[in-house]
Amino acid sequence: MTTMTIAKAINEGLRATLSNNPRSLLMGEDIGPLGGVYRVTDGLIAEFGADRVVDTPLAESGIIGTAIGLALRGYQPVCEIQFDGFVFPGFNQITTQLAKMHSRSNGNLTVPVVIRIPYGGGIGSIEHHSESPEALFAHTAGLRIITPSNPHDAYWMIQQAVDCQDPVIVFEPKRRYWLKGEVDTASPGTAADPFKAHVLREGTDATVVVYGPLVPVALAAANAAAEDGHSVEVIDLRSISPIDFDTVTESVKKTGRLIVAHEAPTFGGIGGEIAARVSERAFHSLEAPVIRVGGFHMPYPVAKVEEDYLPDIDRILEALDRALAY
Amino acid sequence: MGATHLPATEFDGIEMDDRLEAEAEAQLGDPAGPMVQLLGPDGTPGADPVFSEYAERLDAEKLRGFYADMAAIRRFDQEATALQRQGQLALWVPLTGQEAAQIGSGRASQPQDYIFPTYREHGVALTRNVDLAELLRQFRGVSNGGWNPKDTNFHLYTLVLAAQTPHAVGYAMGIQRDQKLAAAAAAADQTPEPKAAVLVYFGDGASSEGDVHESMVFASSYNAPVVFFCQNNHWAISVPTSVQTRIPLSNRAKGYGFPGIRVDGNDVIAVHAVTEWALEHAREGKGPVLIEAFTYRVGAHTTADDPTKYRESAEEARWRAKDPLERLEKYLRAEGLADDAFFEQVRTAGDELAAYVRKTTYDLETPDIRTAFANTYVEAHPLVAEELAWFEEYSAGFADEAKADQAISDGTAHP
Repeated sequence: MTTMTIAKAINEGLRATLSNNPRSLLMGEDIGPLGGVYRVTDGLIAEFGADRVVDTPLAESGIIGTAIGLALRGYQPVCEIQFDGFVFPGFNQITTQLAKMHSRSNGNLTVPVVIRIPYGGGIGSIEHHSESPEALFAHTAGLRIITPSNPHDAYWMIQQAVDCQDPVIVFEPKRRYWLKGEVDTASPGTAADPFKAHVLREGTDATVVVYGPLVPVALAAANAAAEDGHSVEVIDLRSISPIDFDTVTESVKKTGRLIVAHEAPTFGGIGGEIAARVSERAFHSLEAPVIRVGGFHMPYPVAKVEEDYLPDIDRILEALDRALAY
Repeated sequence: MGATHLPATEFDGIEMDDRLEAEAEAQLGDPAGPMVQLLGPDGTPGADPVFSEYAERLDAEKLRGFYADMAAIRRFDQEATALQRQGQLALWVPLTGQEAAQIGSGRASQPQDYIFPTYREHGVALTRNVDLAELLRQFRGVSNGGWNPKDTNFHLYTLVLAAQTPHAVGYAMGIQRDQKLAAAAAAADQTPEPKAAVLVYFGDGASSEGDVHESMVFASSYNAPVVFFCQNNHWAISVPTSVQTRIPLSNRAKGYGFPGIRVDGNDVIAVHAVTEWALEHAREGKGPVLIEAFTYRVGAHTTADDPTKYRESAEEARWRAKDPLERLEKYLRAEGLADDAFFEQVRTAGDELAAYVRKTTYDLETPDIRTAFANTYVEAHPLVAEELAWFEEYSAGFADEAKADQAISDGTAHP
């Protein structure tokens, strides 16, 4: 066991991948000598060279598009997109090309490309640096989407993403990059399956499903609720596509109440999908409507008011009160 | 400042006086170099200080082969158009007029080269031994990609304009890395792989897409072994090339720092020579090349298009006079390299190909939607599995109903 931050854990995971898998390589803007804007690739170019850690031109479509070509030639590229709001120039390549290549080739071609995207707000940044666009990608068949919430998961999930033969987008909770935790680099343990949700805290009165940056918020809300005598179960979804509905449904059948929280706007979001599926799978167990907590239907607001936008402990507790009132 | 600075065909159909051209030159710098042409529209051979040498490598058999290929693909094109008109294909994308650009460039490639087409490169597909009946699967609506690119190194058609250009550069970057590994293997007394390059096609319309720009930037930055082959067929559906560019497209290469060559795209000998040179250049590690094949889409963009709405028939007639097959036929006959029997044999072979394509099109099997479930992901996926299980149950319900209906009509059961 070693203590490290999420950023360092991803760095170590990438180092392990580059060491173990000679066909893997990293691509992105400023990922070389600078080590990326969040220093996630710090030191890797010195260790593996410029053919394996490729500083690219500033062109997201070009990054994803060339990564697809490298994958067609048998390589496993890991692309870094600098910020969530800057992925869109590459959106066409991701949705019309990367997601569909295996299907449109009748299974003859595989494109195991990994795309790392730091996402979410709470860092007091300027426009386009705080968004949560995961639902836009989850809606596209052919992609897998995972998001770690702690260093141990981060270390293993980035390696599992590279090993996966499907394209995988790893959304990295940027405001938690400096969150420290224990990492077992010898064994993934409970993190063996990146597409499985984890019950982080057991409870009996309500279930709160979260992922990525809101995991610590939900755990704190559950602590606060416990002081008021409410037993809240917290699930870290970990995988946004596919979603581990078995774990979520099992929990709801026990608690009868479900709150889903994410930073992304609630309209058309992952929470809506979870609410719909759970209502189909556990209708008779539900004591209350599924309640979503999320961003508003507006462009991500300016940093000085982002606290009013982002779901926090109180917003989750307010939703809990509403659920418990039924 | 005379109009001779630019090929006379550059602004066909557009009035350009010296003043306008002078303004254009003032803004755009050097005028275009001349177009490489080794066989004129009347079948007269031309000369070029660099590329004649490549043309001289072609023996009579190769030249007859070029003609046979061009005639075969034109006949195929006619057959596919007919199949669409008869409702057998959902859509067809004709290539007539572009045979020399496609056969010349495709025949210049080596088996180890990898090719990324757009959706009109039926002639290139022929040179890569793609079964032309398989090529029709996509247009019949039974597959989104009818062949396995690993068999022929000819990638699937890409319909999103220019999206394949960065794939080509990435593939070329993979070849660079493979060559380093191969060099290490060679040092260990293993036979090295033959050097390879990537050939990627796009059109004058797609040249405006950002992906073409990004691809050329990446290719230049990493000196990738890729040849960009732009077929300037003068029309992006209904919009003329002059809306996409005010300079010869080949000139754009200068801005990226690699060679750009404009070649007469209706001259199969010149196209072959230029492409062979460019692929050698790329394979030898000298970096990318842009080729602009100056040609013309004689037919419609697709069978859903109506060229009479946007261009004059006189323009089409001018280009028919530069027909790629006719000029090679004139040359072969004048030089005594082919006789009537050869051309008759080509016609017969074309009819046989057409008959084969027609028959196989009728026989193309409609896939089961279960294959789409199976191919969405490589690895097991719970949502796909769940939806497939639902679909099976739902379908089974209809099967039970059909069985019951059958039993009623057989008289073995009552309603």
